[in-house]
Amino acid sequence: MDITLDRLHDLARGAAFLGTGGGGDPYIGRLMLQQQLSGGGRVRLIDPSELDDDALVVPVANMGAPTVLVERFPNGPSAVQAVRKMERLLGRKVDALMPIEAGGVNCTLPLVVGSLMNLPVVDADGMGRAFPELQMTTFSIYGVAGSPVVIHDEHGNDVVVSAVDDKTSEWLARVVCMRMGGKAEITLYPMSGRDAKTKSVPYTVSLALQIGGVLGAARSTKSDPFAALDGFFRAARPPRCFKVLFDGKVTDLWRETTRGFAVGHLVLGTLDGTGTPMDIDFQNEYLSARIGELYVATTPDLICILDRETAEPITTEGLRYGQRVKVVGVGVPPVMRTPEALAVWGPRVFGVERDYIPIEQMGD
Amino acid sequence: MRIGVDVGGTNTDAVVMHGGQVVAAIKSPTTEDVGSGIVQAVREVLVQASVAASAITSVMIGTTQFTNAIVERKRLVEVGIIRLALPATTSLPPLVDWPADLVEKIGRNVVMAHGGYEYDGREISALRQDEIIAAARRFNRAGIRSVAISSVFAPMNQNMEKRAADMLRAEIPGVAVTMSSNIGRIGMVERENAAVMNASLMELSKRVVGAFRTALKEIGVTAPFFISQNDGTLMTSDFVETYPVLTFASGPTNSMRGAAFLTQFKDAIVVDIGGTTTDVGVLSQGFPRESSVAVDVGGVKTNFRMPDILSIGLGGGSLVRDDGARIGPDSVGFELPKYGKVFGGDTLTTTDLAVASGAARIGNPALVAELSSSVVARGMERIHLMLEEAIDRVKTTSADMKVVLVGGGGVLVTRKLKGASEVILPKHAGVANAIGAAIAQVGGEVDRVFSYEGQGRELALDGAKREAADRAIAAGADPASVTILEVEEVPLAYLPGGAVRVRVKAVGNLAGHGAD
Repeated sequence: MDITLDRLHDLARGAAFLGTGGGGDPYIGRLMLQQQLSGGGRVRLIDPSELDDDALVVPVANMGAPTVLVERFPNGPSAVQAVRKMERLLGRKVDALMPIEAGGVNCTLPLVVGSLMNLPVVDADGMGRAFPELQMTTFSIYGVAGSPVVIHDEHGNDVVVSAVDDKTSEWLARVVCMRMGGKAEITLYPMSGRDAKTKSVPYTVSLALQIGGVLGAARSTKSDPFAALDGFFRAARPPRCFKVLFDGKVTDLWRETTRGFAVGHLVLGTLDGTGTPMDIDFQNEYLSARIGELYVATTPDLICILDRETAEPITTEGLRYGQRVKVVGVGVPPVMRTPEALAVWGPRVFGVERDYIPIEQMGD
Repeated sequence: MRIGVDVGGTNTDAVVMHGGQVVAAIKSPTTEDVGSGIVQAVREVLVQASVAASAITSVMIGTTQFTNAIVERKRLVEVGIIRLALPATTSLPPLVDWPADLVEKIGRNVVMAHGGYEYDGREISALRQDEIIAAARRFNRAGIRSVAISSVFAPMNQNMEKRAADMLRAEIPGVAVTMSSNIGRIGMVERENAAVMNASLMELSKRVVGAFRTALKEIGVTAPFFISQNDGTLMTSDFVETYPVLTFASGPTNSMRGAAFLTQFKDAIVVDIGGTTTDVGVLSQGFPRESSVAVDVGGVKTNFRMPDILSIGLGGGSLVRDDGARIGPDSVGFELPKYGKVFGGDTLTTTDLAVASGAARIGNPALVAELSSSVVARGMERIHLMLEEAIDRVKTTSADMKVVLVGGGGVLVTRKLKGASEVILPKHAGVANAIGAAIAQVGGEVDRVFSYEGQGRELALDGAKREAADRAIAAGADPASVTILEVEEVPLAYLPGGAVRVRVKAVGNLAGHGAD
């Protein structure tokens, strides 16, 4: 299907939801795609099953801290150069692009690049949401190598990282990214069409479109957007757990751009000031939520902060003291909850010293 | 005793308040020079209150002049825009998401130059004097006298914007320069938008603030005067002259706070019908509901802290076309007494419809007697439909809510509105904005670089909050009402010792003049 101008609001809003606070300002992602499409560009989103088994599929993304992206925007032509470099390294043309993550700007950037290069974009990703680090993908977990990683900036510099494993790729690429100003365009995980079909989280771009559509429809019909989201995830196949975890306002917020990430901590109080506050930690994305000592959600399940009335997703860099919000949690598909997957993005990876418990079994 | 003044596009309202009491209130037309309208309104209200000018202790002015100029695309000057960023940020150039008709007014004089900072304080590229001078010469040739400069990460380091501003001033004598770092927070698109809008208002701001000053002097009011800011607090007049953009949304904030004061309602929809626009907002637990996402002003994205307001082009001076099927968005504004039919003019406005329908007695009703009744009916129905749609759009639940009508255009509403459990027109509704200005809150601000390394974050923040609160109290806030409105931290990674720019704003009700 063609992604058209009239779907961009839905897409950006849904991508912001899946961004779980990270992935970059969806407004910027939407504007970039809007510029591209209103200038006559087209872009085709394809079902993974449309790929030939021996096609060459390359994810393309913007790497960096969301706090940097709102000042230094992602850059389409720089991403095109990164893809070209990958083609030269592999000695063949790329057949299709794919998002590495369906959340935030990285949901829409591949569509901009696809339009610039006249390449289709696969409706799938490697995270089913947004995660802060490059090795946190189903591609890596199920055996696709991240290297070579091409890192490209607007000055025209590029660096190719070929590492022994994907965590090392992340470790080395992050330093390069910081030197490039805390953001860079990257391509990595070059893979066959077969791998793209079997080692990705499928239909996540269309999931973003659907979530954005649900929120947009609730707004235009004046119905409760939280009930609409609940209904949507309940009806998903398989059904996904949806919970409102907290209702309150931002009472304390600390964030800094460090080690190449937007890292921080957030405290939410109830509206009337009584009861136990909620603590949320983030590294680009919201990672864990607890009320007092009781954890109510951790990665890889989604933790999203939404405007308490309109349910507009709020990114970490959009957070402000005093904002009135609701925190919601959404369960992720089984492919993201296997022991191999949890070893890569479970709570312990982010310093929460506890085993992963699926959100449907937590709290209460 | 204090005076609250609201200078709208159509009317200038003035109230005299003593503590929590409205002593006198009057509504009078805004004049083209702004000043003589203020003189007249303040004179009349002082007479009505039987109070001498010397007994006034402070004057608070709220004005929608600057917002209206952007919304109506009028009285704006052509702007030069310089972004210091190359080779970064080319994917979204300045004015990227602006409405075409507004760009037409301010011009597309955009220069992308080298410069800007990285998040860690390094330069993206060095500032190039030759580029800035070339831009200055280009602007100068085009007759541009107002320039907006934005650099990447300017809130973290203002230096490059300052240097570029100095180069511009050396090249274009008398140029007004707006630096994005003085206006907005992190977020390039929104901060730059605010700087450009501010620059487009430079001529109007000098004229309007100058008119305020002269008018008060003429009346003999020697008390200090303040102008309302978007968050409901007050600014000095000199500050507004340089940063008129900071008055955006002060009108809606004032009218909502005024409506809350007049009705004592905690939850309601406030519909403020002015001469040019109608602002619809929501009172939630006694305060204007704030927008948690970026807000549009005249179709331009900003990241000011503002009430969540829907503004539509409907007011008492809106033009009626197509036999009543089309209303606004343009308005005769303050020239209603000149062009409106009931005043002997030849332009059909919504006020003429209200008079013809018998809902209002303004001007000379005989002058609209020959209007076709089907035009009047169609036009009045269209007005109500526009209001109902606006009410529906600001609501977040489908349940009916109380609707409070304020502003001079309340006469346009003649029947029950869909979506409203009841429609209330409180006493003094017509001057709610002026009352909101008069009960404006006072703020205290701290904006300084703190080192967290020695004392730790908690202690540093507590200190900053206490200092901001003390400043609010020193400025006249009732200590019991002081709350912290805003805390913003920008870590300065390029400085040693855990340096953080901390901005804290505390606000409170004027002592003895509380809204509650």
